[in-house]
Amino acid sequence: MSISRFRLATGVIPRLVVGTSLLLVSGIAAADYALNFQQPVSSIGREVFDLHNLITIICFVIMALVAGVMLWSIAFHRKSSGRKPATFHDNTKLEVLWTVVPFIILVGMAIPSTSALLHMDDTSNSDMTLKITGYQWKWEYEYPAEGIKFMSTLATPRDQINNVADKGEHYLLEVDNNVVLPVGKKIRLLVTANDVLHAWWVPALATKKDAIPGFINELWVKIDEPGIYRGQCAELCGKDHGFMPIVVEAVSDSDFKKWANRQKGQMVAAAAAAGKSWSKADLLKQGEKVYNQNCAACHGATGAGIPGVFPAMAGSKVANGPVNGHLDIVLHGKAGTAMAAFGKQLSDVDIAAVVTYERNSFGNKTGDVIQPSQAKSLR
Amino acid sequence: MAHDHPTGLKRWLFTTNHKDIGTMYLVFAFTMALIGGSMSLVIRAELFQPGLQIVEPHFFNQMTTVHALVMIFGFIMPAFVGLANWQIPMMIGAPDMALPRMNNWSFWILPFAGTLLMLSLFMPGGGPAGGWTIYPPLSVQGGIGMDFTILTIHLLGISSILGSINIISTILNMRAPGMTLMKMPMFVWSWLITAFLLIASIPVLAGAVTMLLTDRHFGTHFFNAAGGGDPVLFQHVFWFFGHPEVYILVLPAFGVFSQIIPTFARKPLFGYASMVFATATIAFLSFIVWAHHMYTVGMPMAGELFFMYSTMLIAVPTGVKVFNWLSTMWRGSMTFETPMLWAIGGVFTFTIGGLSGLMLSITPADFQYHDTYFVVAHFHYVIIGGSAFALFGAIFYWLPKWTGHMYNEGLGKLHFWLTMIGFNLTFFPQHFLGLAGMPRRIPDYSLQFSGFNEWSTIGAFLTIGAQFIFFYVAFKTIKGGEKATKEVWEGAEGLEWTVASPAPYHTFETAPNVK
Repeated sequence: MSISRFRLATGVIPRLVVGTSLLLVSGIAAADYALNFQQPVSSIGREVFDLHNLITIICFVIMALVAGVMLWSIAFHRKSSGRKPATFHDNTKLEVLWTVVPFIILVGMAIPSTSALLHMDDTSNSDMTLKITGYQWKWEYEYPAEGIKFMSTLATPRDQINNVADKGEHYLLEVDNNVVLPVGKKIRLLVTANDVLHAWWVPALATKKDAIPGFINELWVKIDEPGIYRGQCAELCGKDHGFMPIVVEAVSDSDFKKWANRQKGQMVAAAAAAGKSWSKADLLKQGEKVYNQNCAACHGATGAGIPGVFPAMAGSKVANGPVNGHLDIVLHGKAGTAMAAFGKQLSDVDIAAVVTYERNSFGNKTGDVIQPSQAKSLR
Repeated sequence: MAHDHPTGLKRWLFTTNHKDIGTMYLVFAFTMALIGGSMSLVIRAELFQPGLQIVEPHFFNQMTTVHALVMIFGFIMPAFVGLANWQIPMMIGAPDMALPRMNNWSFWILPFAGTLLMLSLFMPGGGPAGGWTIYPPLSVQGGIGMDFTILTIHLLGISSILGSINIISTILNMRAPGMTLMKMPMFVWSWLITAFLLIASIPVLAGAVTMLLTDRHFGTHFFNAAGGGDPVLFQHVFWFFGHPEVYILVLPAFGVFSQIIPTFARKPLFGYASMVFATATIAFLSFIVWAHHMYTVGMPMAGELFFMYSTMLIAVPTGVKVFNWLSTMWRGSMTFETPMLWAIGGVFTFTIGGLSGLMLSITPADFQYHDTYFVVAHFHYVIIGGSAFALFGAIFYWLPKWTGHMYNEGLGKLHFWLTMIGFNLTFFPQHFLGLAGMPRRIPDYSLQFSGFNEWSTIGAFLTIGAQFIFFYVAFKTIKGGEKATKEVWEGAEGLEWTVASPAPYHTFETAPNVK
């Protein structure tokens, strides 16, 4: 009753105002207002957190002094209280003092900063290595000693992003394959990229490093306790920069070993699958999955692309032209464009499947069936 | 005596008069500010709540990129050149700028450059979307809009260099007898130093974007690792320009604060000589700190330490300036007309931005702050809180001299307070967002960041909305109003206050004598 009366009684502008304030109130009720860093869970994270808190406090004190002097002046040195202006315009002692004192404060800040920096830089004596490669717009994780390698992409459904479905608890901070790491081990991270710049950042671990094509950056982390730690790409990398999260799953050393063994088993099974001959129906099914994970971001879920930016798949010259040309562009990319070389990211099965799918979907009717061996021969 | 002046459109096209050209610079700058401001509203509206509501990510990236380019190159820089054009000849007792025809040309490049940048948004593939820093390899991927942007940067660069040459020759050659360098008003000093910064840094940017252009189209591999190049090289070259650019935006603002505060404190500027030396020191340091914008690229330890220490050092001369302004206010006899509100408010907000800048200089902590909303908050505190606040202060301070009319003090103050509140509501919460882990340049965010983003969006709409009061007040003052006296302000000192309001078309046809 009250709601209907409210609707009748209000015009457009008041309704907007009331609507906004209701939104604001509900927002305040629902959102959490974090004011500082996430709780650090690595030795470096704690050191950086302490350093950050120290310099924040110093800056607050300086700001309070400046604002205090300013407010005092505003309150008491005003014409309306009948003051005559003083005439001084120099004071050498004072000027030397406020050059030297800040300098000493800076030295005081530089000492703990230098020690933290030296500590962060020391990647020696690590227990294991994880290689991280940034792609537009996903991460690849490789464990060289364990022989494991996989991609990790955003798991949040499109419907949540487009406000069709309710957003989940870990909206935009969830992936299909978590990167699993043991606690209590010094892990060396090697960071690089395949296409453009990215940056691998997990706030709770205090690990941010640019991923640069052609360069390998090093850093290290030692995670204190098991848990799930979430982060994001921190360097603008194109359209879906905001949609390539990082999820670190820290587990005990024995759980890590079990996980590593399971992963190796899966990789063996995948390699075996590449040897056999696939049916068209299986290829299309697998191809659709691969397409949605890797291609839909640019070429669109319906194959329409974005005119002028990303070419359409529907009616495309490549997807309706010679099979080898199509395979080549998927495997090796196209220089000077955002089209990546998927040969580095996808297995022969996935390449064959996605090319089969693209040639028989979105109105394309070539009828071609491509086998993994064909993809392999063009690598 | 009086020359024949063309009227109407021809007056503005062919003018070589520093006042006309100054006016055109200011009109251009505030037009661009409106355009750039609307883009910021697109950004803030999209970020009001989690999820994609209004724009696609690709267009969002174009908005953040073009907003920054428009505000830096289209608004703040031309606006200060406009002020320089109006004020420098009047403040040093000269009849006009030293190179009046070049002055005309350096202005008229701007509308074409601005149009080119706007046109890029309508090209296939849209405008530049790789951030205003246009880092490769991402900027190599973009469509023709990126080439438009590169040419825009070239045009704007030519305009800035011509303007700077003009300012330097005017200041060095055309001062009235008796006005030695160390008697010049601080605003003139700041611009002299800024002009040298421009001449030294803009060609470096021009080099960087030209290398980008040849990488894009002519088969070079300056920035392509696969071809033997280095993507990080671009960042070094870009920031070798980029850091002096920061001071190009803010040194003239320091000059404005140093003019306004003594006037309304009715007391001479404290520490004039140390102000000059501090400004020159900041200018020098600005050339050896560039890599603090890129601590996370993986530099050698010696590099990280050098850039951390040199950057921290900037706090010393910057502190000297802030302390000098405070001492100027101290035991003065202050009144708080609109220009003074902007100056005090500007020193306050700039100091917040300066201190967050000090925090950002600490390399290990910067690893956490870098590329988050903490950085966004920081540079808006210095660029809006420092430069834009100074611009508003300067316009209210000198508008009576330019138009011969007093502005509406009540509305002027209302504009200040609404902007001050809106600005802080927009950007202060962004410090917290950044610390809590929200990266910059993302069109959508996880739920934990929703609260402060709502505040920020409401603040942005309030801030932009308040600017219409400014446009109204400025327009009314130009059209008419209470007559302004010669001195305009009780405590005003300087040559510009010795001529009539409005200032005659040619200010000093015979040079005044400066004691």
